[in-house]
Amino acid sequence: MAPYLLPLITFLPLLGALGLLLARGSADAVQASSRWVALWTSLVVFALSVMMWLGFDPHLAGAQFEVQHAWMPAFGVSYHAGVDGISLVFVLLTTFLTPLSIAASWTLITTRVRDYMIAVLLLETTLIGLFSALDLVVFYIFYEATLIPGSLMIGIWGGPRRIWASLQFFLFTFGGSLFMLLALIAMWTAAGTTDIPALMQVNVPPAMQNWLLLGFLIAFGVKLPLFPLHAWLPDAYTEAPAPATALLSGVLSKAGAYGMLRLGVLMFPEAAHRFAPYVLVLGVVAVIYAAIIALAQTDMKRTIAYSSFSHMGLIAVGLFSLDPAGLDGAIFQMLSHGVVIVALFLCIAAIAWRTETRTIDEMGGVAARMPKLAALGMLFIMANVGLPGTGAFVGEWLVMIGALHVSFWVALFAGSAMILGAVYTLVLYRRVMFGAVKGTAALLRDLTGVELAVLVPLAIVTLWMGIHPDTFLRLFDPVITSALGGHAANTASVAHQAVQVAAR
Amino acid sequence: MTSSAAIFAIAVLAPLGGSLIAGLFGRIIGDRPAQAITIGLMAAACASAIATLFSGVPQDMGTAVVSLGHWIDAGGFHANWSLRADMLSLSMVAMVTTISLCVHIYSVGYMNHEEMPTYRFFSYLSLFTFAMLMLVTSNDLIQLFFGWEGVGLVSYLLIGYWYDKPSAVAAAIKAFVVNRVADLFFLVGIALLFLQFGSVTYDNIFAVVPAQVGATYHLFGTDWPVFEVIGTLLFIGAMGKSAQLFLHTWLPDAMEGPTPVSALIHAATMVTAGVFLMARMSPLLEFAPGTKTLIVLIGGTTCFFAATVGLVQPDIKRTIAYSTCSQLGYMFMAAGVGVYQASIFHLTTHAFFKALLFLGAGSVIHAIHGEQDMFRMGGLWRKIPFTYAVMWIGSLALAGVFPFAGYWSKDGILEAMWAAQSGPATYGWAMGVVTAFITALYSWRLIFLVFHGTPRDAHLSEHAHEGGIAIVLPLGILGVGAVLAGVLLDRFYIGTAQAQFWQGSIVNGAGAAVMNRMEEVPGLIALAPSIAGLLGIAVAYLAYMARPELPASLARSLRPVYLFLLNKWYFDELYDVLFVRPYRALARILWKGADEGVVEQVPVGLARLTVGTAVQAARTQSGSIAIYAFTMLIGLVVLTTTLLFVH
Repeated sequence: MAPYLLPLITFLPLLGALGLLLARGSADAVQASSRWVALWTSLVVFALSVMMWLGFDPHLAGAQFEVQHAWMPAFGVSYHAGVDGISLVFVLLTTFLTPLSIAASWTLITTRVRDYMIAVLLLETTLIGLFSALDLVVFYIFYEATLIPGSLMIGIWGGPRRIWASLQFFLFTFGGSLFMLLALIAMWTAAGTTDIPALMQVNVPPAMQNWLLLGFLIAFGVKLPLFPLHAWLPDAYTEAPAPATALLSGVLSKAGAYGMLRLGVLMFPEAAHRFAPYVLVLGVVAVIYAAIIALAQTDMKRTIAYSSFSHMGLIAVGLFSLDPAGLDGAIFQMLSHGVVIVALFLCIAAIAWRTETRTIDEMGGVAARMPKLAALGMLFIMANVGLPGTGAFVGEWLVMIGALHVSFWVALFAGSAMILGAVYTLVLYRRVMFGAVKGTAALLRDLTGVELAVLVPLAIVTLWMGIHPDTFLRLFDPVITSALGGHAANTASVAHQAVQVAAR
Repeated sequence: MTSSAAIFAIAVLAPLGGSLIAGLFGRIIGDRPAQAITIGLMAAACASAIATLFSGVPQDMGTAVVSLGHWIDAGGFHANWSLRADMLSLSMVAMVTTISLCVHIYSVGYMNHEEMPTYRFFSYLSLFTFAMLMLVTSNDLIQLFFGWEGVGLVSYLLIGYWYDKPSAVAAAIKAFVVNRVADLFFLVGIALLFLQFGSVTYDNIFAVVPAQVGATYHLFGTDWPVFEVIGTLLFIGAMGKSAQLFLHTWLPDAMEGPTPVSALIHAATMVTAGVFLMARMSPLLEFAPGTKTLIVLIGGTTCFFAATVGLVQPDIKRTIAYSTCSQLGYMFMAAGVGVYQASIFHLTTHAFFKALLFLGAGSVIHAIHGEQDMFRMGGLWRKIPFTYAVMWIGSLALAGVFPFAGYWSKDGILEAMWAAQSGPATYGWAMGVVTAFITALYSWRLIFLVFHGTPRDAHLSEHAHEGGIAIVLPLGILGVGAVLAGVLLDRFYIGTAQAQFWQGSIVNGAGAAVMNRMEEVPGLIALAPSIAGLLGIAVAYLAYMARPELPASLARSLRPVYLFLLNKWYFDELYDVLFVRPYRALARILWKGADEGVVEQVPVGLARLTVGTAVQAARTQSGSIAIYAFTMLIGLVVLTTTLLFVH
């Protein structure tokens, strides 16, 4: 089973999508069955990925469940995939969130359901593919391929400004990945292979490293997004239908962070050291800038969109702290943010679907009508502001340790998300949930069974990640420690030599 | 886990159980059972806590740690869930659970007119207690921070309990955000501590503190002793939770919550956290003399500032709230001269009499249907004699009149301030004595306004009556505590038996000398606070009983001073102008100006320049799909072309 597990997880959603494509029958029947097909496919994929998790040994170095097939041997390109601890947690994040997103779309997506489900399943395949890719070309293809379902989901099922949002999203990401393509080609010409484990061993001259890292930084910085490459984000997140926004912000943005980690920080540590001051500043700026803007928003979905952007800044800070704790924190923050932001977008969708508006000023007193939503929402906003006991705190705390390794001020300013985040989140919650009952809020019904089935697992995982984060930390901490430990020893010895030279 | 460890664990975890059951299933099981369960589990916790306190920490150990599991292990950082049993935490746990039990019982009576079901309220009360217990029993700073933030969260939930009241929600947010400002510095402090010591566990830190005295940290262009930086950061955190000057603005507003909540916040579960932190970190603070001076100055100033504001407030709960702020100043002063025992002593006696005063005030408010303005009360003592009696006891204890609880602890603190023999400490002592006078003055102002004279609003007081047994019983228990806590605990907390009692859980470096000199304070100096207190009562009698027109004429003739005090030294207004409004404006400017004006214009401009045709085509859905597929194809073509030909 083991050798087939990863390809099965990767391509089963694609198979499901193909099945849906071929489905025949009356429109209503197809619509109903396509939901079930998509849900079951994604659930099976989730079950398989849990099996992979159970079979995974975090103590082994290198990738597990590896598969490699010759593809273009003359060019050193092969279909090479496998998971190490870092990949594994992102594959799990994808397979966990996809079924929830599909369940959430049950009531929210009512037109062209089959096409939507195909897009979701395609997105799942591409995401799992890119998170487990061990070859740059494979990674690039999957990374590019996420764009098609991603843009379609915004462009077809989105809000009034969907076309512009979709186009921006597409062009930005695509424009960014052109730089990745350049870097990829440059690396291949230099090393003659695109195999990632092999490339990790290649010694790249410093100047070349700088250019390569810059290429990858731009590519993934757009996706993350890194300030000021975020122009596409508010529109894309706001216009996309809620379940799609959930996937975009929950998983797709993590693809950018993952790339930045894998192909940036871990592959070019020396260049990363040189770039760190700039990226740290951009990260800190994003944290503060987005948190401030979030307060002024009048559309609740947009508030959460900016909140997401703000947290991405924190991830960038963690990554470029180049400290084991900071990197662990960044990864953990990606996971917990993935879970929490999905929950927040879906909570908001639950309200917006009932009130048929997202304008904050038209809300009020929802808590009295929807106590279950109010309770779950409270948990998620507290996770969003990084309260200890939720997953977000673990990530933010580790990032703060990493940041303090670099500088007191980076830690303090990045940490200001604690305050600024509390301001916009609590103000949003107050305006929507508390106060006098306004408008249609008086008629609202509390969460349905389906909505609870989506939000409760998210709540449980949020608390789980906060109370016993070791479940996940133990998967990727060894990878980070060994990757950075070796490097730290290198720089130490370099410093030592420098001292000796100076002593002469 | 041994049986004593299990009992200790029950003391901490039972409130969590009560909170979860009431919170998750309260709707199903109903209100009464939810109340019964939370109170039952709280009583179990209280009994366990007192049992543990009396059995004490296993001799010759000093501490015992009950491990509950792993929490975080990553990148060299390790933290466990564990419960630390030393005398400091045991005494705190016993105090917190006792007060909390009283508040729980009281709430049954106080909340019986609520329209909404109250299981949510009881769930929060228990959760509040649990968070505080996690804080005081933490074995490392990061679990302390967990409890610290938990306390912040539940205070937010409880202050905003009546969420249809805008002022309550605003106060809740204010409490949370102001606390968070302090918490940021606290968290950075913890992180710095971790970098310095490689651990956040108390024993690991304290073991190496003396060895690292010379360590420095580079900040603002110069090197600072690292302990001073850490100490100051931790103290800023403590200032937020314990509402010290500059970060105190949330505390009076927190009065928007139901009165039992105020009692809990002020007596046991929140504001005391900062003082506890100082005592807990005593082995480190003793090596940060600069921080200790800062603590004395802030504590002394807060003590005076809050008392002056409390003097003129018309609202009964706000008066008591400022009194808390002021008393916390005393506790910090003592910590600042290294006599943490006196801080904790005052914290404990204060817990009894402050809970008593708040619940007594609640009883008054309950009797007259929610009115809180003292100038609309009057002559209530005939209607609610029991409440009247306990308010006297509480005020006597607060004013530090012999032999009530506050006398022992406040005298201890002021003697320590005198004995410390330094400039800042003497400043603290002077502030403390002046404040003792003001404290007595505002306490009896409250009593005279509320209970004496003629009813100012006949309609309000007409039907006033004592609450039921649920209200009277806790008042009785706390009343006994407010009388006896001082005289009974004095010997153990700061007296001859203190060293045996604390068993090294509090460390006095330089403070040890101060402790020794406390007995040698000259008689008149030792008597000063008592004299000031009695004088305050006399002046209050003069101003509010003998010549009731005096305060009004005084307020008229000193109008600027009166307004300055009434408006709480204009801190809220100042912060509004300095922070709140600029921040809102900035949010708008950044959004409309920077983000929509500049950042989002880039793609618009690019689109105009380059893909004008694409935009046209993209207007139709089918067209857009084709474009995406097409552009993607270009990418693949470029890739394969290079692969094939460049090599």
